[in-house]
Amino acid sequence: MALNARVEVENVSVWFPLYHGSSRSLKKMVVAAASGRLAHDQQQRVVVRALRDINLHLERGDRLGLVGSNGAGKTTLLRVLAGIYEPAIGRLRVQGSLNALLDPSLGMNMELTGRENILLRGLYNGLPKSALPRLEEDVAEFAGLADFIDLPVRIYSAGMVVRLGFALATAIKPQILLMDEWFLAGDAAFLEKARHRLEAMVRGAEILVLSSHQSDIIRDWCTRVLWLDQGQVVADGPAADVLARYLGSAPEQPAVAALA
Amino acid sequence: MSTAVTTAAATTDLDLRADMSVAARHRLAVDDLIRGARLWRLAWGLGWLDIRLRYRGSMLGPFWLTISTGVMVAALGFLYSTLFKMNLRDYLPFLALSQVLWGFLAAVVSDACTTFTDAESVIRSVRMPFFVFSARTLIRNIIALAHNIVVIVVVFAIFSLWPGWDILMALPGLLLWVIDALALTLLLGAFCARFRDIQPIVNSVMQIMFFVTPVIWKPSQVGAVVEKLPFNPFYDLLEIVRGPLLGDGGATGMTWVGAILYSLALCSISWAFFVRARGRVTFWI
Repeated sequence: MALNARVEVENVSVWFPLYHGSSRSLKKMVVAAASGRLAHDQQQRVVVRALRDINLHLERGDRLGLVGSNGAGKTTLLRVLAGIYEPAIGRLRVQGSLNALLDPSLGMNMELTGRENILLRGLYNGLPKSALPRLEEDVAEFAGLADFIDLPVRIYSAGMVVRLGFALATAIKPQILLMDEWFLAGDAAFLEKARHRLEAMVRGAEILVLSSHQSDIIRDWCTRVLWLDQGQVVADGPAADVLARYLGSAPEQPAVAALA
Repeated sequence: MSTAVTTAAATTDLDLRADMSVAARHRLAVDDLIRGARLWRLAWGLGWLDIRLRYRGSMLGPFWLTISTGVMVAALGFLYSTLFKMNLRDYLPFLALSQVLWGFLAAVVSDACTTFTDAESVIRSVRMPFFVFSARTLIRNIIALAHNIVVIVVVFAIFSLWPGWDILMALPGLLLWVIDALALTLLLGAFCARFRDIQPIVNSVMQIMFFVTPVIWKPSQVGAVVEKLPFNPFYDLLEIVRGPLLGDGGATGMTWVGAILYSLALCSISWAFFVRARGRVTFWI
């Protein structure tokens, strides 16, 4: 880890073209092009402006919380930072190792055993073979699945799947940690253990970007808060100030909410 | 503390901008291929997984592929050798070889369409080189081909045929297949993600190609039309591998010229499209 982690977002906008009905069909596009309507068609394409003109600079030590109502663009912004959605306008620069905890069951296969899933995740992360035994030991121990580790995930209880998913997602230590709110699921005893592990990981990360509806988590972990509404930045500043404004403007969101 | 996190993530260095120069777009596409190739163990693992899961719970596993191909070849062999009034000893080895090789080509073309749409959940939750999914599609089909090769070996053994060391002449052809398959998965994978009516079109085209390409009939049966066969890209590609394996002196220069020209065209179109579409595929799937 030679270089300090850094994230720079300059004037980034992301549009989602809504492909449905006729724009999904090559036939209709060809017919439209042949009749000279293509340009016209392109202009009238329905797009959702998921993010508009976002500017953001994060340096080592920054702990950013994302707040906003459902559909405000929090998850989209995390995906942009992770390099999944490439900006339609603007520029994104990311330096340093990155881990995005967006999908709790990423690459998990229900037919494979717990152990095989751990190895598969190791492959997804491009880990060298030598790192795999350590990953396996770490995840198996944390998930606490005992003998179930060698049985297919399909027969696990819901709680066990969550534990395995969490252990897998948090087994890789990044410089830049992007986190969506899903990780707060799980039973109470596990939640305590999970919080410890997550806190260790958050402390270890140089940059944290966390999206959550729970203002107490944001208050505990973040030093800076970005308030998004309809893809635009409403406020960006010290956690206490922005949170106070955000909570003052709208009733607090319920703790469990659908992901945007 | 036992909950300590130990494994470090790989470093990323991203510089993505909307108004990228053409050179920058090419660099990112090349970077995709390089990073994808480095993840070959993942592609290999996923390819095997696809096959394993398809035949999960069955006693024979992927050898069902071998059996169904074997039954198909035997049935078609007896039927067509009667219809075409051909000696079974001449016809069956040809048919076994053609059927297995064509099976691979047709499956690659058909699977190419779903290369990226099948990986939707992964593509949307982690930045992953698209080339990994191309390699996965190719590897899955190579594994299936390897199981089907048993049918060819058995048929050749029954008639105690040995094509001789000409067999090695098939290797350059197979290499060209690998390159073409990767190019095709990148092209059709992205194109079918954008336009959802492509896959049915591709499947019907392949259905027609099966009949107009000498798979179940021999090129020698069509008389003068044989001259025009090299215009069919599938004929050229099939012949550069099948010719040497049949031990009939290998493919002619004309088929190689055709195969290389068609491959160049495919690779250029595929590359041009991939360079443009790479950043957009995530929005399409």
